[in-house]
Amino acid sequence: MAATELSPHRGAAPEPAGRAVEGSRAVAETVARCRPQVVPAYPISPQTHIVEALSALTRTGELESCQFVNVESEFGAMSLCIGASAAGSRTYTATSSQGLLFMSEALFNAAGLGLPIVLTVANRAVGAPINIWNDQSDSFSQRDSGWIQLYARDNQDACDLHPLAFRLAEELSVPVMVCMDGFVLTHAVERIAVPEQRIVDAFLPPYAPRQVLDPGAPLSIGAMVGPEAFTEVRFIAHGRMQQALVRFPELAQRYGKLVGRPAVELARGYRLEGARTVFVALGSVLGTLEDVVDEARADGMPVGAVELTCFRPFPAERLRTLLAGAENVVVIERAFSTGAAGIVTPELIAALAEPPAVSARSFTVIAGLGGRPITKKALRMLVHDAVAGRVARFSFLGLDRDLLARAGYGRASDDPPGSTAERLLSRLRAPESPR
Amino acid sequence: MTEITHRTASGVKFYQVGSLAVGNRLLPREQRAAQADPQRANTMISGHRACQGCGEVLGARYVLDAAMRATEGKLVVVNATGCLEVVSTPFPESAWRVPWLHSLFGNAPAVASGVAAALKAQGHEEIRVLGQAGDGGTVDIGMGVLSGMCERNDDVLFVCYDNEAYMNTGVQRSGATPAAARTATTPVAPGHPGNRFGQGKDVPAIAMAHRIPYVATASVADLRDLEAKVERAMQFTGARYLHVLVPCPLGWAAPSSQTIRLARLATQCGLFPLFEAEHGELVSVTPIRQQVPVDEYLRAQGRFAHLFADQAAGGRPDLVARIQAEADRNIRVYGLGGQP
Repeated sequence: MAATELSPHRGAAPEPAGRAVEGSRAVAETVARCRPQVVPAYPISPQTHIVEALSALTRTGELESCQFVNVESEFGAMSLCIGASAAGSRTYTATSSQGLLFMSEALFNAAGLGLPIVLTVANRAVGAPINIWNDQSDSFSQRDSGWIQLYARDNQDACDLHPLAFRLAEELSVPVMVCMDGFVLTHAVERIAVPEQRIVDAFLPPYAPRQVLDPGAPLSIGAMVGPEAFTEVRFIAHGRMQQALVRFPELAQRYGKLVGRPAVELARGYRLEGARTVFVALGSVLGTLEDVVDEARADGMPVGAVELTCFRPFPAERLRTLLAGAENVVVIERAFSTGAAGIVTPELIAALAEPPAVSARSFTVIAGLGGRPITKKALRMLVHDAVAGRVARFSFLGLDRDLLARAGYGRASDDPPGSTAERLLSRLRAPESPR
Repeated sequence: MTEITHRTASGVKFYQVGSLAVGNRLLPREQRAAQADPQRANTMISGHRACQGCGEVLGARYVLDAAMRATEGKLVVVNATGCLEVVSTPFPESAWRVPWLHSLFGNAPAVASGVAAALKAQGHEEIRVLGQAGDGGTVDIGMGVLSGMCERNDDVLFVCYDNEAYMNTGVQRSGATPAAARTATTPVAPGHPGNRFGQGKDVPAIAMAHRIPYVATASVADLRDLEAKVERAMQFTGARYLHVLVPCPLGWAAPSSQTIRLARLATQCGLFPLFEAEHGELVSVTPIRQQVPVDEYLRAQGRFAHLFADQAAGGRPDLVARIQAEADRNIRVYGLGGQP
């Protein structure tokens, strides 16, 4: 295996420079240093602190020549981004959950028009039942929108991914979503190094649009394309996004050198040497997961982890390389496809099946839905179960079977009347019934 | 209260010069239409796929050439999905000789706001932005973002070409469809004489309620007035709204030769008042010189034919009377009966 695959946990690298700051604030400051010219904003938890900070940075003049626009909806926010980007301005906004879904039509449109908008998604569950806490079902629901999707493992990554996102988006004319776990990251205060202005300026040249609305050179953007060319338009979009698999690592290397931190990777292995059971995950769970892997290793268990930073485009080759030695692959997913199973797992299986096939068994563990903490204890049990071959092909981490039974959902065939959510909540609060 | 003047926006009294032709050579050059100018921009050129007698394309051509003249060619246009978009840009052809962007059906006002924000950020405020949509894209699906554009006073002129239904998808009811009109989703059936009464939105009034600098209504029957209102709108900075009545031969079930006549009758009967408002207050109305009964306007359109069947076949003179009452109300409320 290549040296990078064995590289130590980035958190264990020399203590980074920086200051104690909230994740949202650090992301906002980093975005400001990317010099966006138009930022439409609509509030939704847990994203609000990002646009609040950008609003303040615009008003104090720290972010110059930027139009911060308070809009009436997320659909309006993304639509303003489309107009501003097509008129040649670097454009940014942030959202979460229902807001991301409300933008959905405009997200597909922005990607189809090739507009290099950057969007931060503070990942949050999608209702109903309404839930403001973290999982990743919002951004996964937009998997096929034509946006590049990058997932941050911590707040340092969340910051560092933004200059990369702008650069990548503008080079490829593909919009980029930077996904960071809501509350877990957005509201966490920790030591973060916000990249300096001179570094971002050196890395990110001014936006040079591929096409622009200019009265001096009028052109029509957004014309109708029929069956004779629509497939080819999509084929080209696919190829363009796939270029990110080459360009992202190159740009990340360059950026990493400028800031003096290890480069972010498409996907990264952790303690994969001799690992027979490997856990794949995205986002903030990686820190806890790697700690648990360390413990298990100390106990002699042959386990490792893979951090998936880039979900779109899907880095199939990279994952094949990382997982080449694995016998069991356990995918920890913070979202799932109701009625099917995981979302990442089927793609991973397809990637591993490419000849020469990696013959690992795969397991999907749905974890951390609607803000349920993924604790060290729960992960420790998962690791032990996986090593002992006791994990089902598809399971929910920490599923409260006792609560289900008390509410009348003990067997799969049980379906008591009334609202599922209210029934569960009322049983949760009731004193435990005698068995 | 602001004094309301009775005039057309152009100030031209065509009946005094003997012709309604917009390029009238009896007028001084500066009063002639932008369309009469051999140097006009020709913003929307021939070869598009609009139906014969299309009111929307006629309106758009006049609006955009007038806007191009008013901005000295420094104009960006944002277009909602709909007939105007479909007929004008069957890729790789385009009828537009102006920077033109089409994004979605329901977001043209917001996209236009985004273009305006970008131009402001770039220090190019001399380039003006015009958004345009049909009544579906404005009155219904685009209403939220249009209201946002208005309340923020974004520097956009938004033009609604109102043909009173979803014509591009095959004539379905919109929030701008008049009472009793037959559409594909308000079919005529026993006890159901077309679109319901007591529904629909008055978007010019809603725009006025935002107290934006300029709101006006116009019609393709008075193209010089339409042009003058575009030119007037371009003298303001901030959000402006222009609502243009554009008959649709297909959806209104009328011969394509009748587009202009129908637009004129709509105004002369009082159902479509022509006015201008500044900062939320009415400043001028175009008086009706010779009022016609709504009967004359309605009878000329197949979509209202069921109202005029004989009694046995379910004709509804009572509903015609209700529509007449609506026209009379407009004449009273807007003071359309005043002296020209």
